[in-house]
Amino acid sequence: MIKLGIDVGGTNTDAVLIDEKMEVIAEIKRPTSEDVYSGIVGAIRAVLDVSGIDPGQIRQAMLGTTQCTNAIVERKHLAPVALIRIGAPATLGLPPMVDWADDIRAAVVDSIIVGGGFEYDGSLLAELDEDAIREFLYRIKGRAASVAISCVFSGVRNEHEVRAAEICREVLGEDIHVSISSEIGSMGLIERENATILNASLIYVANSFTEGFARSLADMGICKAEIFLSQNDGTLMTMEHARKYPVLTIACGPTNSIRGAGYLSGKRNALVVDVGGTTTDLGMIRNGFPRESSIAATIGGVRTSFRMPDVVTIGLGGGSIVREHEDGTVTVGPDSVGFEITEKALVFGGTVLTATDIAVRLGMFTLGDPERVRQIPKDLAEKAMGCIRTMAEDAIDAMKVSSGDVDVVFVGGGSIILPEELQGASSETKPAYFGTANAIGSAISKVSGVIEKLIDYDKIPRETALEAAKKEAIRSAEEAGALPGTVEIVEVEDVPLQYYPGNTNRVKIKAAGDLK
Amino acid sequence: MRKLEIKDIEDIALGAALLGAGGGGDPYIGKLIAIGAIREMGPATLIDPEELADDAQVAAIAMMGAPTVLAEKAIGGNEYRALMDMVSQFLGKPLDAIFPIEAGGVNSMLPIAASARMGIPIVDADGMGRAFPELQMVTFTIGGIDSCPMALTDEKGNTVLYRTISNKWTEDLARAVTMSCGGAVSVALYPMTGKQLKEYGVRNILTRSQRLGEAIRTVKDYEESGTSEDHFLEFTEGYKLFKGKITDVLRETRGAFNFGRVLLDGIGEYKGRNAYVDFQNENLLANVDGEILATVPDLVCLVDAETFSPVTTDALKYGKRVVVVGLQCFEMWRSKAGLELVGPRYFGCDTDYIPVEVRCRGGQKND
Repeated sequence: MIKLGIDVGGTNTDAVLIDEKMEVIAEIKRPTSEDVYSGIVGAIRAVLDVSGIDPGQIRQAMLGTTQCTNAIVERKHLAPVALIRIGAPATLGLPPMVDWADDIRAAVVDSIIVGGGFEYDGSLLAELDEDAIREFLYRIKGRAASVAISCVFSGVRNEHEVRAAEICREVLGEDIHVSISSEIGSMGLIERENATILNASLIYVANSFTEGFARSLADMGICKAEIFLSQNDGTLMTMEHARKYPVLTIACGPTNSIRGAGYLSGKRNALVVDVGGTTTDLGMIRNGFPRESSIAATIGGVRTSFRMPDVVTIGLGGGSIVREHEDGTVTVGPDSVGFEITEKALVFGGTVLTATDIAVRLGMFTLGDPERVRQIPKDLAEKAMGCIRTMAEDAIDAMKVSSGDVDVVFVGGGSIILPEELQGASSETKPAYFGTANAIGSAISKVSGVIEKLIDYDKIPRETALEAAKKEAIRSAEEAGALPGTVEIVEVEDVPLQYYPGNTNRVKIKAAGDLK
Repeated sequence: MRKLEIKDIEDIALGAALLGAGGGGDPYIGKLIAIGAIREMGPATLIDPEELADDAQVAAIAMMGAPTVLAEKAIGGNEYRALMDMVSQFLGKPLDAIFPIEAGGVNSMLPIAASARMGIPIVDADGMGRAFPELQMVTFTIGGIDSCPMALTDEKGNTVLYRTISNKWTEDLARAVTMSCGGAVSVALYPMTGKQLKEYGVRNILTRSQRLGEAIRTVKDYEESGTSEDHFLEFTEGYKLFKGKITDVLRETRGAFNFGRVLLDGIGEYKGRNAYVDFQNENLLANVDGEILATVPDLVCLVDAETFSPVTTDALKYGKRVVVVGLQCFEMWRSKAGLELVGPRYFGCDTDYIPVEVRCRGGQKND
């Protein structure tokens, strides 16, 4: 069995093939095309050619794509959405989408706040007002292609959301697309509701990219493959799931890079430094998965509650411009010659002094024509490298959660400019295939399940509560397509809540396992 | 008198978060509630205390409880009308205006929403000039002004009217009811006359928040010349106490409060030096190389070393680079009565109060 991993980025579309021993067979990089699909087809054709693999052997195909992000940022192809918020009499004083820009707000054709919802401890806030929901649905019939449903404390109990979704299907027909917030976001009604609305607006885009991907695979003779999409938490979802939850594909690129780097280096806990031409992204892998950011992610101006990797980006890359100032100090970046490095850098016959030229001058590696950088004073080169070192070391330090040293993995074409023995690194690895870490990350992904709830340890002893929650997370991973027996707990968050009575903690558990 | 419109909200929230001195929570939800109210009802009217008649009737509007609950339930929208009706019925006369109780993420924003919704002005004065964790920690307590009759309501329509024997009792009883009501409630408290607010209120609090917010927002304009820090300190009239990287955050939840200490390693001109900041919801004390440089009631604020955005105590984490800034508190807090209420010893810090400008004299002060 062979796996095919594809990552569609802004600049490149990467494809890799991986065998059943999880070894990389072939990798390829192609420019991303305007229509996306010819780029994907081109990359698949190239990787099949290079490897000589029979397309019939490919049984799993994974795609990481930025199309949902682009659709939201560009406000293109968004479906008309109807929003039902359950929670009155609470939340009436805060209407939906108050801080949205008008152009994206236009995606919502109508909205209503109806009675229902829960308190923090799961007790009833109000009875679900089913009549109001029905009346609203008759009103929007024919105008909305998709319904978004949010509910107060649905992270604690989601019965009202589930019931409202049933009513939607009763009134609007089985085919209506319904998104419920408890399956998309976490605590914080507005951020969760925002993410749910975005999800509902992406159904056209989701249909087009899932069908397009399936078609491009079929066109290339890959007919026996199960198809999966990458999520931003580093796990996969089935094509059917992706049609329901397209918003979860947002920002899967950095996640896949981090996971691919972890896989290639064999490390389950490490700091990944991905050096490109202009910038360097740093992220942490913890138990094989990226550490998530605690800060709410904003997509196209909309604040959401997505599970995003915690990535720090600094203006340092292979093409960073090096300058010597009048007072003798030397700076590197943040501006860069970018993709023009093969024309502008000194080693390639250009006239701009870049970070790459400095590394070649110091003999760290050979690239282009080393003669062209010989005239750079050694003193200047060393100062510049000192600057690069400081930038990298500071960024590494900012990513760590404690003062101990961490294993560091370098990926990305620009990683050759970094000096060895960085402070804060207990080991340094530059694995093979580092250029296509993102497509590899996509291909090797697992499937996961997450649960999040508030638990009062005075009512349920901590051990018992956590044990039950872990079982629930494992079950949820199996429902998402994980092979029973391979599922393990990859993340446990247990945060005491300020101002709550008793001993209430917010517990979030993630389980992940191999694909069936 | 001036109108508070949607465009004013962002800066007021940002500046109030700085004056929150680490407390007050994430201003996001409060900001949305204020924007939502103005969008629906039109702008709020902000008046100076001097525009109030001496016999005018005013009261503070605030939220009590957990910011995380507010982030789920927001508000119902009818709470302010209910509170106003209860207080005026008890007093036998209508409320002429309302005011915020403290400066901080949420409680600076909700009274703006209340003002827009009720159509009565909000007064540019509060009872703290910063944020404090407990209800009796207001300048009005110094003036012998009663927190009662205090009206409390939840979004469901349950209401309670308090008459207690002390402001501390009001705090304790209100907290108990807040939990029964689901963890977050709206209150109207410290009803008083225009004369009393003029005498004991901390003036210009919203205007000051807005100016501070604007300064923080525009400080990046000075980035290129490398003088953004100087501009930040000049705008805020702040004393730079330390600049460092967070190396550890020790936390403990006791009762309704979040206690802790954040440890810092010096960076830049402070390289090689160490500091810590103690907090109880709000920051209490800053200690640099074993020497205390600021304590409550002066404001100890942590701001991001690059953006100068305020860092609240719940957002502290390893590796974050911050500048520790001391701001002078409202003069009345420095009196004997003020220090009994909110001095360092009340919070369990074993030191007398010495004003931040005195502690920083001798090389530390940035001038």
